[in-house]
Order: sequence, then C-alpha cells, then structure tokens
Amino acid sequence: MTIIEKLVSNFYQDSVALMQLATRIEKLDGVRRAAAVMATQSNLDLLKSIGLVGAERKAHPNSVLIVIDGEGDAIDAALISAERDLRHITQPKTAGQSVLRIAPTSLQMATEDMPGANLALISTPGEYATAETEKALRLGMNVMVFSSDMDLADEARLKALAQQQQKIMMGPDCGTAMLNGIPLGFANVLRRGPVGIVASAGTGAQEVSVIVDRAEVGISQIIGCGARDLSDEIGAATLLQGMAALANDESTQVIVLVAKHPSAAVASRVVGAAKRLKKPVVVNFLGLTLDVPEAGNLHIAQTLEDSGRFAAALGLAQPLPPAQTALPPALQKLAKCRSAPLSRRQRYVRGLFSGGTFCYEAQMLLERELGAVWSNTPLDPTYVLSDAWQSREHTILDLGDATFTHGRPHPMIDLRLRLDRMYEEIMDPEVAVILMDLVLGYGAHPDPASGIVQKLVETLPLLKGSRPEPIIVMSVCGTPGDPQSLDNQLETLRQADVLIAPSNAAAARLATAIVQHRRLVGEAI
Amino acid sequence: MTTLFTEPLKIVNVGLRSFSDSIAAAGGQVLELDWQPPANGQIETGRALARMIVDSRVEEANKFALQTMLAVDPVLKDILPAKELIPELSKRKMLLHAGPPVMWEKMCGPMRGAIVGAVLLERWAATAEEAERLASCGDIEFAPCHHFGAVGPMAGVISPSMPLWVVADANGEGCAYSSLNEGLGKVLRFGAHDSGVLDRLRWMKDVLAPILREVLHTSGSIVLKPLMAQSLHMGDELHNRNSAATSLLFKRLMVDLLKCSHSDAHKVEVANFIALNDHFFLNISMAACKVMLDAAHGIAHCSLVTAMARNGMEFGIRVSGTGSTWFTAPAPTVRGLFFAGFGEQDASPDLGDSAITETAGFGAFSLAAAPAIAQFVGGSAEDAVSTTLRMRRIAFGVNPAFTIPFLAFSGTPFGIDVRRVVDRSIVPIMDTGIAHREAGVGQIGAGLSNAPIECFIAALDELGRKLGNSPPPSGKQS
Repeated sequence: MTIIEKLVSNFYQDSVALMQLATRIEKLDGVRRAAAVMATQSNLDLLKSIGLVGAERKAHPNSVLIVIDGEGDAIDAALISAERDLRHITQPKTAGQSVLRIAPTSLQMATEDMPGANLALISTPGEYATAETEKALRLGMNVMVFSSDMDLADEARLKALAQQQQKIMMGPDCGTAMLNGIPLGFANVLRRGPVGIVASAGTGAQEVSVIVDRAEVGISQIIGCGARDLSDEIGAATLLQGMAALANDESTQVIVLVAKHPSAAVASRVVGAAKRLKKPVVVNFLGLTLDVPEAGNLHIAQTLEDSGRFAAALGLAQPLPPAQTALPPALQKLAKCRSAPLSRRQRYVRGLFSGGTFCYEAQMLLERELGAVWSNTPLDPTYVLSDAWQSREHTILDLGDATFTHGRPHPMIDLRLRLDRMYEEIMDPEVAVILMDLVLGYGAHPDPASGIVQKLVETLPLLKGSRPEPIIVMSVCGTPGDPQSLDNQLETLRQADVLIAPSNAAAARLATAIVQHRRLVGEAI
Repeated sequence: MTTLFTEPLKIVNVGLRSFSDSIAAAGGQVLELDWQPPANGQIETGRALARMIVDSRVEEANKFALQTMLAVDPVLKDILPAKELIPELSKRKMLLHAGPPVMWEKMCGPMRGAIVGAVLLERWAATAEEAERLASCGDIEFAPCHHFGAVGPMAGVISPSMPLWVVADANGEGCAYSSLNEGLGKVLRFGAHDSGVLDRLRWMKDVLAPILREVLHTSGSIVLKPLMAQSLHMGDELHNRNSAATSLLFKRLMVDLLKCSHSDAHKVEVANFIALNDHFFLNISMAACKVMLDAAHGIAHCSLVTAMARNGMEFGIRVSGTGSTWFTAPAPTVRGLFFAGFGEQDASPDLGDSAITETAGFGAFSLAAAPAIAQFVGGSAEDAVSTTLRMRRIAFGVNPAFTIPFLAFSGTPFGIDVRRVVDRSIVPIMDTGIAHREAGVGQIGAGLSNAPIECFIAALDELGRKLGNSPPPSGKQS
C-alpha cells in the first residue's frame, strides 16, 4: 500500500462537496482510503490521527488536500480522477452563469444555443429516433442516427427528405462515422489523409480505417450509411450521396465502399455509379460476389483487410498488392504448433464478436473451410441457433445483436456479457478455439484487454489440467492513438497467451487453421 | 452536405452522453441535450410534432398572430354592470365562473361558495341553503367567463348586477371585461359569502363603480400599456404583485376623484378602498391581457395559446388555431408557502382565470422583473430570473412594449407556442395564490404551479389534424 497526496492551492470548496468527492474516490478499484479536505490545521490533525498524513505537513486553509491510500497503479489513476472531479464540482456554482443557462432539451432549442449547428448525433431509444431525425433534418441539420429499430418505411421517407434538404442522413443503426476528423459514435483515432470511406457496416469501416492507418496512410472522412442502406427499399440512398460527396471532396483521393450482404440489384447500381468516378474506388461487399470485371478505377476486395491494404496502396500511389487469400506462413506455423496439444474432442471454433461486421466476415471465412457455422445471425438461415445462449459445433455469435443487447449496453462498452459467454465456452470440452474481436477507439470500453485477461486468469485454472486449455485467438481493431493505448492492450493479451492476428480475416483464418491441424493430427493418430 | 466537409462541425448530441465526451476529446464542438422523450413519450404525437416544428403555415400564422397581439392598445375605458355588457346575463339565470366549463357537482369548495354568494347578491335566494339548492337543481346556468370575453380571478364568479371593468383596444374593435377586485381576507372570489362580503359587493356596485365610472369619463380612457410597462420596472409582474401598478393607477385617478360629484364621505371610502388593496390593479391587468390575446384567437394554423385558466378541478387552455375547444387536464397543485396554520392538505387545486396574465407574458413569465415576490412564491431572486428565461424558450416571440431591466431591458416572453411546450418538455409556470379548499376561508398561501403538459399535447394533436398532418402510420402498424 502506498499513500499519495496532492494539494490544490487557493481553491475553496465546501466540506459536503469534498466528502462526496472522497466517497466517490474511495469506491475506485485499488483504493483503500481517500480523503479530500480543506487543508486546515484541524483537518490535518484529523488525517494525522488516522495515519493519512505525516506530522510535518503545514496548514493551507484555503487549499484542498487530496490524500489517497491504496495500490501503486490504482492511486495514480484515482488522483487524476479526483482532480478532474474537483474541477467539475466548481463549474455549476460559477456565479451568474447557472441562472442564465437554461439547459437545452430539444434539437430546436439547441439550434438557438448553438447557431449554425449542422449535425445531430441521435442515440435515443429507437422508438423516438424517427421523430428526432425528422426534426433535425427539418431544422437544416445533417444527421447521424446511432439508434436502431427505425421502421424501414420511415428510413426511406427520411432519407428522401434528407436528399431534398441537401443533407446527409447516416443511419439508422449507424455505429461509426468520422467527419472532418471528429469521431461520431465508435471510431478510432486516425491520421488524416487521402482515403475516404463510405460504409453501411460500422466495425467494417473501423477495420478498414485502422488497417489504412497502420500503413501510415490517413483517412479523410468516414461516412456511415446504416445497416440497411443497401437494401432494395433504401436503394443505397446514403451510400450514393456519400460517395458523390467524397468524389467532390478535394482531400479525398481514394474511396472505399464497405457493406455486408447488400441487395444484388442495389450493389450493381452502386458499382455502376462508382465506375463513372474519376477517383479509384475499392469495393468490399461482404457476402456478395460481384459479377463485374475489375477494370479502370474499380478494385474489388474480398475482405476488410484487403480493402484497407488496397486503399492504402492507392493512397500512396503504389501498385496494388496481391489479395491476401491464405494465412501467412508464420501464422500457419503457429497454428500447427499451438494445435498440437489439443485433445480429440476439442474440435470446434466459438466466435464471440462485439462487431457485427467482424462476425459476418468470420462466418464467411470459416464456412468456406469448415462447412456449417451456427450463429444468431447466420449467413445461411438454416444455421440459426434455436437458442442463442447455447452454442453448438462451430458457432460464431454477434453479441451486439438485439438478441443479446436488449436492455443491456453494447458489448463494445460493457464486457460482462462476453465474459460470461467466454466462461461457458471455456468449460465446453468440445471447444478448440475461442475467436474474438477487440475494438478500441472512442466510445469503446476503456480497457477491454484487462477485462478479458482477468476473466481468463480466473477461469482457465478451473480446468485443473483435465484437458488442454482452448486457444484464444483475437484481432485488435485499434490504432496507437486510441485512448485505450493499443500497445498496452496487445501486451496485456500476449502475456495471457492470447494469439493475436493482424486483422479479423487473419484471426478467422488462424482459428480455422488450428481446427484443421487438429483434425489432421487427430486423423493421423 | 455540399458544404459539410468545408465548414466546422457543430454537433448536437441527443442520447448517449459518452459520445459528447469523445467529440470534445477530439477537439470537436458539441452541445449535449438534456433530452427527454417529448410529448410525455407519446410516439405518435412526437412524430406529428416533428412535421410541425418548422411548418411554414404555422410559422406564418404565428407571426401574424404575434403582430396582431402587439398591435392591440388596451385602454381602461369604462365600468358597467355585467348584464349590460353581456346580454345573455339578462336573458336567463346565468352565472359566469373561472376556468373551462364545470358543472356544479364538480365545482371546488371556493367556487361553490362564490356561486352561493352571487345567488344571494342577486337575491335569487334568501339563504345559503336555498341558494345551494337552486344551484344544484339546474335552475342556474353556468358558463366560463372566457366564453363572454371576461375574466375573473380565483372563483371568478360574475353575476348580472356586478360592475365590470371594460378594457378596450384603442386600435381595434376588441373588448374584454373583468370584475372589480374586492381586496384580501373574506372575499367572494375565495368562496366567502357572509353578510360582510355581500355588503362590500353591494357597496362596490352602488358606490365604487359609479364614482370610478364618473372619474374615467372625466379623465378619459387610461392607456394601460405604458402604465403596465412602468410597473414592471417597479417590481410588479402584474399577477401576484400589483403594488406598483395599483399605485400608478391611484395617482392617475386621484385628482379626478377629488373633483367628482359624489359626497366626500364616499370619495374617502373609494380612495381608502383602493389605497388598502395592493391587488386592485390585478383585474385590470387580466382584462388587458385578455383583450390582447383575444385579438389573436381563431387564426388558422396558429399554435399560440390564447387562454390558460383553471376552475379548481381542471386546468384548460385554448389555442388560436383550434377554435373554441378547451384542452383540459386535472388542475395542478400549487408548490409554495403557506400562511401559519395551513398546509398542503388545506389547499384547493389551482383556481382562477388569472393565468391569463402568464398567457400574455406577465406573472411567472415576467418573474425576473419582480424579485421582491420571488420568496413569496417560494424561491430566490435567481430562480425568478431562471423562470423568465425558461419561459422565454417556449414563447414564440417577445413583447418589446414590456421590458425587464435585469435582462438588459429585453422584452417579456410573448405567445406561448404549444409546439415548443411539447417539444421542449417545458411547461408554462404560473404565479398563483392558494385558496383554502373550503368555501370562504380565503387565501392560505402563494406559490407556483406548473401547467399540465397533457393539455398542450392534446392541443397539438388537434392542430396537427387541422393541418392535415396526420403522421404517416408508424411501421409497427403498417
């Protein structure tokens, strides 16, 4: 246990506010005791009597003294948090301002407080999102609708209204966008550059942008369309609008289109429009084989990873790299080596995904090699799990789907659902590989790797050597600039013996290879 | 869209607060809404509202309504018996009351008491028991004051022989009436009807009214806007505080009162009566508000409220674009301070036509002008300013004729827009006196009450229907 102190000078606060502050800090993990007091002699005497400060400290009656007693790492974070809270409690009390500020409660009211407001980010419960979206559009704002569950007819009507108003409507069910460098919803910290992305698949856009960023190429804009934009009913209204905007945007040199299972008719219209552009366009329509010759400005990618690689090369004006269609040899070797200890019974992959697009792509790649893959959101409706809470054979789950998130925070924000399921899968003697995504960036959990590793550390010993531990395979969608610190996340996972693949596609292929090797070994025996 | 990439993003975040944090952390400009589901969470109303929020038909109608109201020049013109001003009162046994329509069976204690008093005053019955019987058996017709261009505070009962103030629009045809204020204590408007109350009412009819009438005829109509504007600068909000306005009126009347033809004894009585009643101007204020608001009533597509009134059972509003319909909800209880010996359990639900002052931008809407009564209605001077600022956010405009010194002499909030009330979940607040739930006890406190949002939701639904804006059926049904 360590004690740290901080004196915040000339900062008078009432004792109640300080006690509340101390109570909050004391609840933080790793904190044993916390005090926040005005540093008067009597308060110092009190703290001395309970051993929180030494005898030598001088009184500063107009300064706040924060003292935190706890574990080394935790108390530093707690102190930062305490200082932030301290600044926070003073804000509402600033004389004169509180009375004159009436908190805006509606979009129209907000436009009065923020003249020229040009974008509404709507994440209300779904049933209210239609009205809020319509208001935003009629008030002359662009809209991103994070909320899901909007009626399809309303989506079509409002997207038509948006077009009429010359505004863009991203969503509903749009998780990711980045406009002019500002993250909206779930987005990573990205360098700015020539690649513009239009996506109806949120984590798909994140993966592509992260891979582009890793190649030291930047992103101009990420325009989200919403999951259903490429349906027959919506006709890619937002995607076409976004693509046209990027075509006219001087800072965008390369356009990437990302969607999952689009309508074939809509997809071909989109491709037709893309072909007419002067800029190179990378098209990645997961789950749809495009029947178009690759020519001119059009480049078809089969995976998110390839989309990112192609876009980065185009952004650097380099020749296109060959498509990545198999597991790189190094990972191939790793798969062979790690699969060796698995038992005969351990033969299935279980995918626990927080990103819907990752789940979709993983299913595609697994199915190709392993056959039937069960899911709550299967590619082939035959393989829908009758009980999503119970895996069978190869199972790949989208834990961000409504089946799981109803009344719960999204698994990118709250790990509990995934951790519980991970426990179940570890306990299943038929499981060879647990495949997971880890999404970093704005909006996501502040330290997902630690959460997962902690659960692993608690759970794996329960097997008590009864059988080999299942292999954990993950890909991490993040950049060095992300608030969670990519390096720390990777290091945490590595220390727990998690196999880390450089992309979601590679992770899926690695999981596949492990199961295939095990099968070969099994057959040889 | 065309300029989105070239202009700085100004983002309004509606929903998950963490998104605001991300935007701010990335250096973006974001305003976090203190959002709650509009229209009390009623989805269909919310959808209709979204279509009406910037409907040009409503905008144009409201602008016209606002201009019309601003153009009204209310003048205190005359005092005449009710039956001469409202012919229906001479045709049949009818009494007017405050608020939306209410039957005897549903009337609150103070209103029943006032009805009994009025029956006795008119000598339709000799005893209170007989008066009650008469009122309860359907021999007397009851109607809202508002239906006849009149307003009355608290029970608001007007009977045929009562003298009424006549406030006319010097710029138009409009006219509104109100009873004369009786003072505090045991008074008819709180349901008292003993001989003292009746004697005072008779004196008001026989002495006060004729003298004031002569004075008004001598002095000529008193232009009210400047007087009211000045009283705001002197700390009145013209609903619960009328001290300044009463004093200013008193000054205007005094010389002509001294000169009039009546006996000195009566002149002294009249002068004394006005001097001792700080609320004397309230009823004039109410009639002035009524004449301004009525000018804007009945404008197609207009979403502005033209009346808010309470009958002790229900709170009701009328909206310009929805005609004579009252949209009602149970009358709210009043949050406030009680005189010694009384508490919430003694209070009648909110009562009276005096909310017409808030409807026209006075009362709680102008509370920032009246810090002196902020405590009386249960708050601080800061709360008073905050209330006015909040009310400004549901008003369609401001009234430049009435300014608030503390707010840089900006105008009072004017023209309550039902769209804004429902969209912003900010309801009109009213300064109000609290009546004892039993007849005749009188005022037992004062405070603030919140208009029930249900009335505004219902009015908005009706306006939406009139606009032909029935929302597209929601997906769940189609």
